[in-house]
Amino acid sequence: MTTAEKHEFPMARTCPFAPPPAYEEIREGEPVSRVRLPDGGWAWVVSRHEDVRTVLNDRRFSADRQHPDFPALVKGEAASRRPDEERMLIAMDAPEHGPARKAVLGEFTVRRLEALRPRIQEIVDGQIDALLGGPRPGDLVDSLSLPVPSLVICEMLGVPYADHEFFQEHTVKVIKQSTPPEERWAAMVAIQGYMADLIAEKEKNPPDDLLGRQIVKLRADGTYRRTALAGMGLLLLVAGHETTANMISLSTVAFLRNPEQLAMIKADPGKTLNAVEEMLRYFTIIDVATARLCVEDMEVGGQLIRAGEGVLTLGYSANRDPRAFENPDELDIERGARHHVAFGFGPHQCLGQNLARMELQIVFDTLFGRVPTLEPAMDVDELPFKDDANIYGLYQLPVTW
Amino acid sequence: MKIIADTDRCVGAGQCVLTEPALFDQSEDDATIIVLNETPEGELIEKAREAVHVCPSQALSLEE
Repeated sequence: MTTAEKHEFPMARTCPFAPPPAYEEIREGEPVSRVRLPDGGWAWVVSRHEDVRTVLNDRRFSADRQHPDFPALVKGEAASRRPDEERMLIAMDAPEHGPARKAVLGEFTVRRLEALRPRIQEIVDGQIDALLGGPRPGDLVDSLSLPVPSLVICEMLGVPYADHEFFQEHTVKVIKQSTPPEERWAAMVAIQGYMADLIAEKEKNPPDDLLGRQIVKLRADGTYRRTALAGMGLLLLVAGHETTANMISLSTVAFLRNPEQLAMIKADPGKTLNAVEEMLRYFTIIDVATARLCVEDMEVGGQLIRAGEGVLTLGYSANRDPRAFENPDELDIERGARHHVAFGFGPHQCLGQNLARMELQIVFDTLFGRVPTLEPAMDVDELPFKDDANIYGLYQLPVTW
Repeated sequence: MKIIADTDRCVGAGQCVLTEPALFDQSEDDATIIVLNETPEGELIEKAREAVHVCPSQALSLEE
């Protein structure tokens, strides 16, 4: 039985392509152990693949981020909680969560997304045209990684792309760990206000976009509320924005560092989707976002976790667990990585995951097909990796060709 | 062999459809699983096993 905390959270990385070394130490030594949190409190970390899946798929662990006892990953964050505020989808538990998620999920079926493929291809081609027509070196983040997912989610939701700088600026504040809590809250309120205004406008004559269709559908069900839809819209906008962008940048670097892996997808684009899964596993960019609050005693990996205690599921550790992935630190697009937990696991698993898969697949096939001489314009180790953000990635990626 | 799908557990991730569209589809309304063929044979048996393995909500099982 553990009583003291050996580690402080978050733990530092030493290599931009690997989890903090402490993850392995925890996973192999004491796979469910206590860590000290930035605000002085403590929480359990769960580090093995099987245990992470258990926690994320069990009702005894709550996702209610507004709860006063939910583990705070950022110093001072707990003080900015609003327990009376309406919860966004990511903070809901059963039985409230299921119906709220299913109301929007029909927009994200594999079949529905497949119909968007030609338009996403067009968007990717347009951005690569712009990159190739611009100065050399160019910044891949600005020209491709950010605009592609941003344009796609804006079009899907029916959000004017002209406003993307506004919510981009605020999103960055929400995601950055160093943003003071009050400023983070103000940024959230600003984007939420923007979304509520946009939806109010759509209510008058609901257009044929995701938000418009949701208004019609929820009105028909008798469950329509503007604030709830604004929360959903905001979540989709923010989630569809930063995450895919970072995966595009990081994976591009990983492909360029591993030319034999890149050669495989160029020779056979049928392998690109497997490569996407492997990149998701390899980087696990949302490593610290999956926390839970235990609401009923439960044993996990031989350790009793009590109601009221916080749990952090280390997705990045799970995705490098040798029990689930052979030679986990190697990038191998042919390994069969589909059981990774990069999108989370259980009822809260990323609902935009198949959109992300498709965007990444199209970007990799198109970018490396059209720009075969692409290379980083600076030393890879010197690149500005996002060590200070809740979502890992790159601030810039100068490339030449 | 028979495929058992727990639609209450299903989170609509579509991993089964990506694995084998001949066996699985999703409801247009809420994206939950529709099993198109409950008793796969031949090569489809392996696909059914993979779908069980990758299901992110453990909503799928096989009755051997």
